[in-house]
Parts: sequence; structure tokens; C-alpha cells
Amino acid sequence: MIKLDSKIPGGNISEKWANHKFNMKLVNPANKRKYTVIVVGTGLAGASAAASLGELGFNVLAFTFHDSARRAHSIAAQGGINAAKNYQNDGDSIFRLFYDTVKGGDFRAREANVYRLAEVSGNIIDQCVAQGVPFAREYGGMLDNRSFGGAQVSRTFYARGQTGQQLLLGAVSALNRQIDKGTVKLFTRREMLDVVLIDGVANGIICRNLLTGEIEKYAAHAVCLATGGYSNVFFLSTNAMNCNTTAIWRTHKRGAYFGNPCFTQIHPTCLPLHDDSQSKLTLMSESLRNDGRVWVSRKKNDLRSPIEIPEEERDYYLERKYPSFGNLSPRDISSRAAKEVCDEGRGIKGGEAVYLDFADAINRLGKKVIEERYGNLFEIYETITGENPYKVPMMIYPAPHYTMGGLWVDYNLMSTIPGLFVLGEANFSDHGANRLGASALMQGLADGYFVIPYTLSNYIASAKPAAVTTDHPEFKKVSKEVTDLTNKLLSIKGKRTVDDFHKQLGRIMWKKVGMARYEKGLKEAVGEIRNLKEEFWKNVTIPGSGNDVNQTLERAGRLVDYFELGELMAMDALNRNESCGGHFREEYQFEDGEAKRDDENYSYVAAWEYLGENKWNLHKEVLEFEYVKPAIRSYK
Amino acid sequence: MNVKKLNLKLKIWRQKNRNSDGSFINYNVQVSPDASFLEMLDEINNGLEATDQEAIHFESDCREGICGTCGLVINGRPHGPLSKIATCQLHMRNFNDGETIWVEPFRAKAFPVIKDLIVDRSGFDQILQTGGYVSVNTGGTPDANLIPIAKDTASLSMDAASCIGCGACVAACKNASAMLFVSAKISQYALLPQGQPERYRRVERMVKVMDDLGFGSCTNTYACEAECPKGISITNIARMNRDFIVSRIKKQDAESDVIK
Ligand SMILES: Cc1cc2nc3c(=O)[nH]c(=O)nc-3n(C[C@H](O)[C@H](O)[C@H](O)COP(=O)(O)OP(=O)(O)OC[C@H]3O[C@@H](n4cnc5c(N)ncnc54)[C@H](O)[C@@H]3O)c2cc1C
Repeated sequence: MIKLDSKIPGGNISEKWANHKFNMKLVNPANKRKYTVIVVGTGLAGASAAASLGELGFNVLAFTFHDSARRAHSIAAQGGINAAKNYQNDGDSIFRLFYDTVKGGDFRAREANVYRLAEVSGNIIDQCVAQGVPFAREYGGMLDNRSFGGAQVSRTFYARGQTGQQLLLGAVSALNRQIDKGTVKLFTRREMLDVVLIDGVANGIICRNLLTGEIEKYAAHAVCLATGGYSNVFFLSTNAMNCNTTAIWRTHKRGAYFGNPCFTQIHPTCLPLHDDSQSKLTLMSESLRNDGRVWVSRKKNDLRSPIEIPEEERDYYLERKYPSFGNLSPRDISSRAAKEVCDEGRGIKGGEAVYLDFADAINRLGKKVIEERYGNLFEIYETITGENPYKVPMMIYPAPHYTMGGLWVDYNLMSTIPGLFVLGEANFSDHGANRLGASALMQGLADGYFVIPYTLSNYIASAKPAAVTTDHPEFKKVSKEVTDLTNKLLSIKGKRTVDDFHKQLGRIMWKKVGMARYEKGLKEAVGEIRNLKEEFWKNVTIPGSGNDVNQTLERAGRLVDYFELGELMAMDALNRNESCGGHFREEYQFEDGEAKRDDENYSYVAAWEYLGENKWNLHKEVLEFEYVKPAIRSYK
Repeated sequence: MNVKKLNLKLKIWRQKNRNSDGSFINYNVQVSPDASFLEMLDEINNGLEATDQEAIHFESDCREGICGTCGLVINGRPHGPLSKIATCQLHMRNFNDGETIWVEPFRAKAFPVIKDLIVDRSGFDQILQTGGYVSVNTGGTPDANLIPIAKDTASLSMDAASCIGCGACVAACKNASAMLFVSAKISQYALLPQGQPERYRRVERMVKVMDDLGFGSCTNTYACEAECPKGISITNIARMNRDFIVSRIKKQDAESDVIK
């Protein structure tokens, strides 16, 4: 059994990273070329890491299941990226961004990591501008900022509603430059299906070539996973169709602990479900809440159209309950408030949706200003729903969006498997129980550009991992296991489709491991998921072969891992007898419905060790708060 | 939302692999007008899989029109009948009950079909991997506000940078030219101060790979701009052509300098 050591450096929080950087060992420039590093994923975290490691001189092998590095899900981020530049002179600072992030995460994140994130945030913006990222600017030529997702300072940098796209294209351009120079070799259309450990150390991966079906082996001195989040365990989420948990889940099964799996963020401003055929939920940028007002009718099952509901019969429930933050209250709070009013029967026409209304803003600022700010979002809305939000209020409802949980990593971003690093949304590290808007992009790029180049070099310089080749018997063994799994899936030849199973899993997760959880429901979920998994292994149908492009097979492999992860999410939620951030247990709330955290008993990271089917061992990393004292997170 | 379903006749291109011949196969469907085009294909696939038939292979990911993964030719038009959207943003309410719809992959010499509706667009990346960047290492960059950039300039650069790399421009062009795609990247950098040092070297290298990969040339039909889901303007092509000519002149000058 491994003892959890977070490896937080000593000293004052503002000096930890600087001291640590100095104390870490460096690899001799002449030797770097001899070391091979695998980076799986080319989103913000993976592309920035692969490019930066390539620049340092390592021999980098980068992998993505997409046809191009640029397709990673980071591309879809709309709103923006935070940085403590204080360009607006409105009181921002590294400490304030640190403070906001720890508080926003409901005191379930590691202080030292969060501080470092805030500390390097400014450099990210410098880096991106130097790469030619066309951020929004003011007339004077300076960078523009906005306030985002509950922040009281304007620290969010953006590029129209396409910030993720521009940041990713920037990181991918850095990656392309290294490919051009020959330091990075990129393998597209490769799905990592397992990790190879030799004497307990990460030394390579096994991939399926998605074009030929071939199972391929790759050896390296260290492996970085930057494979994104797992919200698609709910089937319906704001994540791209192909986002999945396979890379981190299979690594978990080989020994990497999974941190806080139940911490899921349900985003308040998504388009409501239209019917069963729906494949995903679309996020409407949260920036809309800067000017839109959220409301429902005061009456239950009110069938009137919104225009017919007079002002005095409307309940602007966020403004009413949280007067100082109002419509900009944090995501978890806003989402739960929407669920509450809908559960009361006051959702739109009694259903699961609330209004986001721009009428006041249009009256106050004029249509032109609103169009300038949100024109493209309004267009997106109209394309999807066929309704014009300049005239009728938008309809929104919360949807699974981001997973704070992920593989447990220490301060160096190394998992419990030596030589295996985890970056970006795939790790559990910086957001605690709830992530603030515009902080995921920041974390992905912080990990990739500014943390991993140091900590991975230090690992190589101090652990001096041995050179291995794919001839090692362990590679043969693991690749055979992967092949066997594929063959097993193809041989079931049952009656139910992969999506049919996934949708059912999603419904269990959403109902019982979603926005509001309770003991009985969670226990039921564990049982239901196990039964569904059992049925899957007997009754799924996967047409086509393993030696060809086979998208059904790809989806089936991912679903296999979702069943197991879903179960662990339920167990983790069951273990955590408190409400915090995105994790709300109905048993633990104050009279007014606010979340009741239990710092005495649950101020820890739950790190789960896999012991075999349906069996896990819980390890606790106790969290110490020296700089931000835990308080009730009040947004009233 | 209980709305009447549409009855449609689909003729979808099926092709086993790169080397085999493909053909249109008929599918009759009933679909909700609120469903997206790709959700309709999901539903067909679910039915096919349930009866042990191979799914119609097509690519998509974000389903929000930004990742550039999807791309179908629908009734002869890349990304379908509406302008300025990607295939994933097309909803069935834009079709009529009883209509016949033709669905094909993007077609171009430089985009070989992989299977059914999936094509290989890796040529685009090869172009970007040959100079399509600003050479700057991680760290050591100046403060982001050091160089002011006029709002309009940043905005023009952003217009060009909005390209999602879907390839509709190539599919729309009778010459299968990639000029709109390449010029968008060239322009994004050419407009910004950060892009200046490598401006001419960049255009020279990128254009060369573009030609080598078998993309055709531009004959000003404007089809690319018309089908571009992000409305990228063909003025970018003019800018690229100008920069390309300047790059040639600069090269000649440099060569004649050597002779002197
Ligand atoms: C709609 C939407 C809007 C958002 N808006 C914002 C915002 O405004 N601000 C903000 O800060 N955050 C936002 N987020 C969150 C943020 O975009 C993500 O958390 C972040 O981009 C994740 O980056 P990443 O690099 O960790 O992973 P990703 O970008 O998801 O990349 C994952 C990579 O891993 C690869 N991969 C995964 N598994 C495998 C495998 N098994 N084998 C090979 N390759 C694999 C994929 O191909 C991909 O390249 C948003 C998220 C969504 C869904």
C-alpha cells in the first residue's frame, strides 16, 4: 500500500513554488534528447505540455484519438480564462485569485496547488499573447477583461465567445512548431487503452490505432495523461461526444488512486432537454448571467407564456435568495436553486427549465449593446431552439459540465504511480469541490506550460528512469489483455445497443448521483449500475470488426469504464457525509436549504485505491488551511 | 414539446474503406423537427446496431459548431442548406415532410474517404506544421499589455482566427483549393505585431506544402466563403497572395545580395 504524500514544499505559501523550482534537479541539456516522454491528449493541458517539453529538448510522443490535435474538447470553451493581472485596478491580486478559488472550491482543494495556479496565471496570458492569440481589446489597444462566473473583480480574458478555441489553437501552434522541428512526434487517431508499468513505474502505453484496429505499443521514460474530464458518464452533458474516462480509468486500475470522483460540476446555463433522441446538452456561456435575469413563475404549473406572466408574479429567485451575488451566484448554488424551483413545480410550464431574461438589459442598454456582447450566443440559441432570445426569454436548465475529481496527484502532478503525471481536467488537483468559471483553461495551461516542464525534468533527473523498449514482456502481456478485451466485446453479440446502455447508465447517474444525492438513492445506484453492467456483458451488440474503423466498438470500450467509474462516484458520494460545492447530500443542509459542510470529519481528499472488481480502499489526504480559514461559503 | 415528426427519405453514401467503391443507400426515417441532423443519424445507427448491421460512420465531437470535426455534404452543399453553421448545428425543422435528402462525405483529392462519411483531412495539419505558428518558447515572454494592438486590428485577426479547420472550403471549391483555410492562418498572424518577424517565410513555406499536397488553386468563385461555417472572408486570400508575392521579391533581393 502506498502512503499518500502530497509533497507540498515548505515555507510561506508565496515562496513555495519559487523555492521548489530552485530545489528541483535539472536534466543536462545534452541528455534530454535521450529521454522519451509520452503525452496523451492534445487539449490545453496536453498540447502545452508536449510543446514545452519538446522545447526543452525531450523526445516527445504525443497522442490523441482525434484526427487532429486541434479537435480536443478544450476548443469548445467559450467564456474565458482567469488571470490575476489586475489590469483593471479593481483590487485583484494573486492572493485574491487564490482566495476566491479555495473558497469557490468550498475548502476541498490543496492550498499550495491553488496558490501556484494563481501565481503563474499572469504568465499564461503573456504566453498566449506572444503566440498570436487575438484576445479582445479595448480601443486603447490594451487587453479587455470581464467579470465572470461569480467573481467580483474583472479578471477574465476572452476572445469573443471562442476563448477555448483561440487558446487551444495557440497551444497547438506551439505543438506544431515542435513537430516542425522534430522534437515532438504526434500520433493522431490513437486511443490509449492501457498503461504499461515495469517494476511499478510507468514506462509506456498501449493504443488502438482507430484506422486499422491494430494494437500498438509505445515505450517511454515517463507518461503524462492530459485526457480531460468524465462528465459523459451522465450520457447527456456539455462535453463533446467523444470525451471519455478510459485513459485515467485504466490507469487507476493499474494503481493510480482516484481523487474525489464524486465532485461533479453541474452548470446552470445549459439548454433544456428536448426529447429522448438528444445526444448532448449545449452550454450557453455563463457570461450571459452578467446581463440576463433568472426567473420562474411564483405559481406551480404555470402554463402561460413568459410574456403573459406579469412582473409581480415572477420570482427572480437568485436575486431574492442571494442579494449580493444575485444572478452571478456560483455555479453549484445557481444550479441547485434551479432544481429546487423546478422540483416545486415552478419550472417553465411545470417542467425542467427556467427563464434567462434579457428584456431589462435590452431596455437599459439598448439592443445594440446586447448584440455586441452576446450576439453569437443568441444566434446559437436561435439555431438550436428556433426561438429569438431578443424577443422571448431564453430557457435554461443545469447540466453536467465539468469533473473536479480525477486521478490523485501530488504537488508535482505525479500520481501514485511513479513516472505517471496527470494534467488538466484529468487530475483532481486545484478546484476542490467546485470549479469557478474561467479557471479550467487557466489550470490546463498552468499545468502544461509552467508546472510539468519543471516537475517532470526533476523526476527524470532524480529517479533516472531506466530505458525500456516495447520488447519487454510486460508490453506483450498488457497488449494481449487489451486485445482480449476487444475480442470479448465483439463476441457478445447480444441485442441491446451501446447507446441504449449508456443512456440508461446516464439516467441512473443523473437521478441518483447528480445534483442532489441521498444515502438510499446512492445505495440503489450502486446496485443498479452493477446490474446494468452485468447485463451489458451479456447482451450488448457491437456490429463490425476489430480490424477496421469501428465507432461502435470505440464507444463500447469507453462505456465499460463508465460503468465502473459510475459505481465509484456513487460510493464516494455515499462516503462523504456532508454537502460541499458540487456535492450536495440532501441529509446535510441547513434549514434554508444551504449546503452543510463538515470540516471536522471531511476536510480531506478521498483517494481511492482499486483492489479488484467492485472493491476499493479509501485513503485520505487531510487538507490543512493555513491561509484561507474555512468559513461557511455564503453568497447572500 | 410534442411536435409532429417528419418523414424523410435519406440517400446516404456508404463506402467500406479507402480503396473500395461506395454507393448511396436508402434509409427511410421519422424524425422530430427539434432533433439535429446528426441526432437523426444517431437514431438510424441505433436501429442498425440493434439489428446487427454496421453503423453509418461519420465524425462529430463538440456538436456546437466549433471543433470542426463534423462535415457532411447535404443535398450538394457542405454543411447543408443553411449558411454559417456546421453540420452539427443543422436541425431537422429546416427540412420538409416527405423530402429526399442526399448525404455524402466532403469530396476532394486531398481528402480521401476513410469510411462512409469520414474523410482524411490531415493535409490541413501538415500545412500548419510547416511554419503555421509564431516562434516563441514557453516562458520569458513580455507582459501581455506591452504591445498595444488596436481593437479593430485584433478584431480582424480574430475574424481570420475563427476558422474551425472543417474543410468545407475545400469541399465547396471546384478546384478543391485550400486557399481560404491557409490564408486565414496567414492573416491571423500577418495582422498582429507578433506575427511580423516570420511573416514572409511563413507564407512561403505554407503555400509550398499546400501545393505539394494536391490542393487546387483559387479561381475566384467565392464558393469557399459562401460555405464557410464561420464566414471567413476571401479578402484573406488576397492578403495571402500579396504576402506571397512580397516573399518572392524579398527572396530575390536576398539572393541578389549574395551575388553582390
Ligand atoms: C462547453 C464547455 C465550455 C467551457 N467553457 C470554459 C470556459 O469558458 N472557461 C474555462 O476555464 N473552462 C471552460 N470549460 C472547461 C474546459 O474547457 C476544460 O476543462 C478544459 O478545456 C479541459 O482541457 P484538457 O486539456 O484537460 O482536456 P481536453 O481538452 O478535453 O483534451 C483531452 C485530450 O485527450 C485526448 N484523449 C482523451 N482520452 C484519450 C485516450 N484514451 N487516448 C488518446 N487520447 C485521448 C483527446 O483526444 C484530447 O486531445 C468548458 C467546458 C465545456 C464542456
